[in-house]
Amino acid sequence: MATIATALPTRAPPLAGSPRPHAVRRLLRRPAAAFGLAVISLFVAVAIAAPIVAPYDPLATSWSAIRKAPSAAHWFGTDEIGRDVASRVAFGARASLLAGVISVLISLSIGVPVGLLAGYAGGKTDMLISRLTDALLACPFLILAIALAAFLGPSLTNAMIAIGISATPVFIRLSRGQTLAVKAEDFVLAARAIGNSPLRIALRHVLPNIMPALIVQATLAIAAAVIAEASLSFLGLGQQPPAPSWGSMLNTAKNYLDQAPWMAVWPGLSIFALVLSFNLVGDGLRDALDPRQT
Amino acid sequence: MLAFIVRRVAIIVPTLLFVTILIFGLQQLLPGDPAVVLAGEERDPNVVAYLREKLHLDEPLPVRYFYWIKGVVRGDLGDSLRMQKPVSELILEKLPVTLELAGFAIVIALLIGIPAGIVSAVKRGTAWDYGANVVALWGLSTPNFWLGIMLILLFSVTLGWLPASGFVSPFEDWRANVASLIMPAFVLGNAIAAVLMRHTRSAMLQVLSSDYVRTARAKGLPETSVVLKHALRNALIPVITLGALELGTLLSGAVLTEQVFSIPGFGKLIVDAVFNRDYAVVQGVVLFTATAYIVLNLIADILYVIVNPRIRFG
Repeated sequence: MATIATALPTRAPPLAGSPRPHAVRRLLRRPAAAFGLAVISLFVAVAIAAPIVAPYDPLATSWSAIRKAPSAAHWFGTDEIGRDVASRVAFGARASLLAGVISVLISLSIGVPVGLLAGYAGGKTDMLISRLTDALLACPFLILAIALAAFLGPSLTNAMIAIGISATPVFIRLSRGQTLAVKAEDFVLAARAIGNSPLRIALRHVLPNIMPALIVQATLAIAAAVIAEASLSFLGLGQQPPAPSWGSMLNTAKNYLDQAPWMAVWPGLSIFALVLSFNLVGDGLRDALDPRQT
Repeated sequence: MLAFIVRRVAIIVPTLLFVTILIFGLQQLLPGDPAVVLAGEERDPNVVAYLREKLHLDEPLPVRYFYWIKGVVRGDLGDSLRMQKPVSELILEKLPVTLELAGFAIVIALLIGIPAGIVSAVKRGTAWDYGANVVALWGLSTPNFWLGIMLILLFSVTLGWLPASGFVSPFEDWRANVASLIMPAFVLGNAIAAVLMRHTRSAMLQVLSSDYVRTARAKGLPETSVVLKHALRNALIPVITLGALELGTLLSGAVLTEQVFSIPGFGKLIVDAVFNRDYAVVQGVVLFTATAYIVLNLIADILYVIVNPRIRFG
């Protein structure tokens, strides 16, 4: 027994010569990913510093400034009740980023343990979880999110829960698949041979090795969640007025296209820029964390 | 072949069962007494009593599920409280509009996605490749409701070329029908084109490096013939199967697109039902969508096996 234990590696081998610091460097060396990261950082900074950077109160109406075109006083113009669009876009970044990150955290916190369990336990447990995942995946993401948000009631919190639950099956499937691949590796066999408990093996040996795939998927899932939150808010199921959200701003803007087109331009551009950036970083991470890449 | 189909159908039975449990379970999320909530804002005691009896709310949960699934199997998805019609009738009424929109969208997606994927793979590493990738990234990152609004702004408000909203039946006026669907179909097809482009590119790159393509080139066949006749035919097999998975994107996209362009289809039905608190319609639409998704994927899987002899005889 001791022979096996010493012959086999007892810890997860570092991937291609401790790649994580290199992966960050490789990520930053990709212009598209570095650009994406810079744009995300800008949005995060704007969201945090919104009370400082926003020139006006996002809820303050002004009857003398209804539907004013962009000017020095109002960079992005004003809306149908005289609110400053730039300030609402800045505060709207909070709802979008919050929804993007929190819903993905919900998906991760349910999807990863369940996927690990399915992949590691196998047998009937795996079959049951896989069929349940198939059932969730059969419901189109946004339609399931709309149904959940409808039954839970319209609010930003419920939208985040609905998006998080709807995105969970992807993480279950990914974690399960990765776990199946990792658990066949020698170091897992070694860990089992020296008497580690299944929980310890799953957490200490399997989980760190499936992290790269999860990080890539989580980044891309944030992009999808930002669009989903904007979609739910556009439909009236997310952030409730008068609180600013890019989706609900677009919903109002579509009624004033001929009189105030700027109302539709800026929130939409913001969603596009943020989603594009997460997609660029996700694509960059996929390449940077791929051990085959040098 | 038959064994494969039987095995594949056997797998979807438990999946469908879980789908029904999941959708039935949605009702349990309603806060408070479901009969009162489902009765809408009026909360008419007669309606509440009717719902309590119809939904067997006094019975235990498994018994209620049994009654519900018995109805579903017979095609009874419940009744719309708001529209006083069976949900299945409403779905069948709205479905042709969404199917026409989806059909147009698929044509647009194929017309953009496949050629872009081919060019990107054949001209790998060139400006064409980067250009096609930028277009794909644009398609994946643009919220389709915003793209719809921008198209309305350009083609309806500014240029006045196309109607901003509404739907005209093809049986009334086919020209007006096409005009009313061009923008929504483009919006819907845009995101799918991006996915198709990526799939086509990766499948083409794989096929172009295979031995039989090298042989075709060695025989002195013109490059167009090698790419379009020899490579594309094989590359399209996985693309079509993966394309079937985009049905979810299509249906999710239809919800938003129909809302932006006020098209009275399937997507608008679910949104209106949400706002009217017509929960039976919401449940019915989700169940119908999920079932359609499962069945279409089953068909795609079977077709994949039929057209790909390596799997058929593998």
